[in-house]
Amino acid sequence: MKIGLYPGCSLTGTAREYNESVVAISKALGLEVIEIPDWNCCGATAAHNLNKELSLSLPARNMAIAEREKMDIIVVPCAACYSRLTVTQHELHENPVLKARISEVLEMEYHGTSRVLNVIQFIEEFGAKAIAEKKVKSLGLKVACYYGCLMVRPPKILKFDRPEDPQSMEKIMASLGAEPIEWNYKTECCGAAMSVAKTKIVGRLSGDIVEDAVERGAEAIIVACPMCHSNLDMRRPDIETYKGKKFDIPIIYLSQAVGLSVGVGWNELGLHRHFVKVDLPEKAVKPEVAGAKPIDKKEEQVEN
Amino acid sequence: MARIGVFVCHCGENISATVDCKSVAESTAEIPGVVHSVEYKYMCSAPGQLLIQEAIAEHKLDGVVVSACSPRMHEPTFRNACSRANLNPYMVEMANIREHCSWVHEKGEATTQKAADIVRTMVEKVKKNKPLEPIRVPITKTALVIGGGVAGIQAALDIANGGHQVVMVEREPSIGGHMSQLSETFPTLDCSQCILTPRMVEVYQHPNIRLITYAEVIGLDGFVGNFVAKIKKKARSVDEDVCTGCGACWNKCPQKKIPNEFERGLGKRTAIYIPFPQAVPNKPVIDKNNCTYYKTGKCKICEKVCLPGAIRFDQPDEIIEIPVGSVTICTGFDVKKTDFFPEYGYGKYKDVLDGIQFERLASASGPTLGEIRRPSDGQIPKKIVFIKCAGSRDPAKGIEYCSKICCMYTAKHAMLYKHKVHDGTPIVFYMDIRAGGKNYEEFVRRAQVEDEVQYIRGRVSKVIEKNGKLLVYGADTLLGGKPVLIEADMVVLATAGVSNEGAEELAQTLHVSYDQHKFFAEAHPKLKPVETNTAGIYLAGACQTTKDIPDSVSAASGTAAKVLGMFAQKEITREPIIAVVNRISPPAFSTCVGCFMCQPVCPYNAIEKEEIKTRDGKVLKELARVNPGLCQGCGTCVALCRSKSIDLQGFTDQQVYSEVFAMLNDI
Repeated sequence: MKIGLYPGCSLTGTAREYNESVVAISKALGLEVIEIPDWNCCGATAAHNLNKELSLSLPARNMAIAEREKMDIIVVPCAACYSRLTVTQHELHENPVLKARISEVLEMEYHGTSRVLNVIQFIEEFGAKAIAEKKVKSLGLKVACYYGCLMVRPPKILKFDRPEDPQSMEKIMASLGAEPIEWNYKTECCGAAMSVAKTKIVGRLSGDIVEDAVERGAEAIIVACPMCHSNLDMRRPDIETYKGKKFDIPIIYLSQAVGLSVGVGWNELGLHRHFVKVDLPEKAVKPEVAGAKPIDKKEEQVEN
Repeated sequence: MARIGVFVCHCGENISATVDCKSVAESTAEIPGVVHSVEYKYMCSAPGQLLIQEAIAEHKLDGVVVSACSPRMHEPTFRNACSRANLNPYMVEMANIREHCSWVHEKGEATTQKAADIVRTMVEKVKKNKPLEPIRVPITKTALVIGGGVAGIQAALDIANGGHQVVMVEREPSIGGHMSQLSETFPTLDCSQCILTPRMVEVYQHPNIRLITYAEVIGLDGFVGNFVAKIKKKARSVDEDVCTGCGACWNKCPQKKIPNEFERGLGKRTAIYIPFPQAVPNKPVIDKNNCTYYKTGKCKICEKVCLPGAIRFDQPDEIIEIPVGSVTICTGFDVKKTDFFPEYGYGKYKDVLDGIQFERLASASGPTLGEIRRPSDGQIPKKIVFIKCAGSRDPAKGIEYCSKICCMYTAKHAMLYKHKVHDGTPIVFYMDIRAGGKNYEEFVRRAQVEDEVQYIRGRVSKVIEKNGKLLVYGADTLLGGKPVLIEADMVVLATAGVSNEGAEELAQTLHVSYDQHKFFAEAHPKLKPVETNTAGIYLAGACQTTKDIPDSVSAASGTAAKVLGMFAQKEITREPIIAVVNRISPPAFSTCVGCFMCQPVCPYNAIEKEEIKTRDGKVLKELARVNPGLCQGCGTCVALCRSKSIDLQGFTDQQVYSEVFAMLNDI
């Protein structure tokens, strides 16, 4: 089985550490992922607001390349890219005429045969067994699993988890030894692209999310979307301004959490790249296997 | 040679406006076997019928085709007319040249030709008709009523007061149903229990009613007028004849913290219990799953304190068989519980309630003795949000239909709250207000105007709990689609009404149909609303679809009228349009080979085994036999029979082929 990786633009920029950690844990778990060659933008929020054909062609081209490369699976870490690819696949599957038209536009064969998975599904399906075998550290943390808006919606198309109260991240985190908390904001909007246009709105929306997680005792928020991460992490000053108080809760990618548990290095996971310093308590990463080192605090200081 | 008379009706201008009736009558007269063919303006009128009767006598007719409208309306009319002229009524056929021809085509030769073709096919059919006799079966004049809610109570009392025996079977330890859980009823706000409990007692004391509670119908054999119901009477662990209902046992029972089903989990009960103080019969049951004695083998406190000595720990379940003539299904409904709604907290928030829970809070006999208090901390809520259409009219939840009762009961809840907590603020989120019914709209207006209930048109997307408050995120779609955030102390969901637990199994046990939502299906949505497709089985109340009390009671009285109408006859007469297995001379006796493939496909369980025996009792052959009382003439067995041994009387293969060939030969 061949697994392709579609990074999308965020994972080459603001969410570099997400890409690094996905690649690193795939290696650690014994899964070979290959970046789709010559991939292009998924169209993001812009394309489908302007031109339907364009909004379908852009993701379809990436999937067509993956098909050409005989990739059975495409892992799409970014929630927006995941949504665009999945929705495109769904729409073209439902409408053969449109599918033919898009193939014509792309001047490429598109059949929709590669399965599109987000990182949660990828870890659930292919990583669970390897995690159990290779887990060297237990994460003794209370975590709030945050899915954001796109990961489970629209439910009719994504058919992934319970749309109003998803549980799949919680299950993975529990398998790492963490304690997922019950909270209210796991599928609420973080403010998304308002981060650029009206940062205040992000301060308010993300502020509610961070505050509820902290009030309910979470020590870290686990995310699987680069947009959510940048709003909860990079926009922390706006959050603090809106709420009028300080929050030091770190925002960690699911892939980073998995990486910590299976013994991937701190910097290899990009944990040093966050705006809100990831300063986990001692108990958080206790060795489970004899000989496994606790986190090397010195390594934390290394700038990359 | 057949002697057939054809009578072409103009139906005023309904037929004659597009069909040349004279020409149809003339061309039909040419068909071999037709000895008389005439037209007339209104064949169903008294002179029209007389015309047919005279023709039968004059021309010695042995078959009649009335070429007019659909048989639905007037087939019985013409069959009766011919019967009066001593012609077997099943020698009469109708050729439908109105709905199938004149109404749907333009005037013209082709239309007239089509009418003539239709008549010709029926002439060919009637040539193959055989005189049939109606089927007569005796009636057991005892009615079975399943379910002791308000519908069952009404049906049972109506039938019993009509002078017939009734057996009422109730699954729970007491009759009363959902109505006994309600606080007050719309649109009059009269106390639900005050109007219901006297009727419950009436059932218990009625000399014609045998009440069997804590029991379920587990089988039904037989056919209309002649059913045998198999009833499983679950062990109460209490001898009902000895128990006086004094209450010593449930007052002393040490298990006191079992969630009370009647209070929908808001109150507690003991292991030996009656569901509520006005229970009928006022005899307790022991909940074996929670009783200390059944769990550990020790305790027996109830036995010690029972002065009459009514406790029977070793009482077995009992199966009883009762012959009945009719069955009325009144098994009611349920409402979705709050755990059906992830967006409203999956039932995790204690202060998010469903409608029945709120009824219990508002009820004088409820867990708070009628005071509206939060289940979480016992505080009086200052602001309650009522969310209508929780599940209903929501295809994403799989419930497309309107539950119908919620608009009214939500208005009632908001009013009751305001009457009990004067400074409270009731807020209702709604999609539409559907208040059709006598004095219903006025009631809702009263809630809005007099009791100042705030109605916000819009849906609620989410309810979250924070610092002891429930944050309700909704939208006001009338005032510019603005998002609304309300900090409430309690949220009441008007959750969708759904079919009752076990409805599907019961439908299969009784062999009646049900819809995709597992509500029992009526025989016709307009003209047979209280009948099922199975003769002798009726339905009333919310087991058919969610209904309010007046509708349930009306339907119950409707079924009672049907049952009493049947019981008023000496025997039941049924149309002989049923399947029969052919019989031929020995040694074959029938072409039936006894494979019994027909048995499982029969929806009415009408196929029996018949043994052909010699005089000394030796079995020569096993044949299928169609029970004429049960068969509904659907024809499934006819289509399935591989040796073509079953035929449908009145629609035999020969008759149908004659029709088809008559139609085809002329093309």
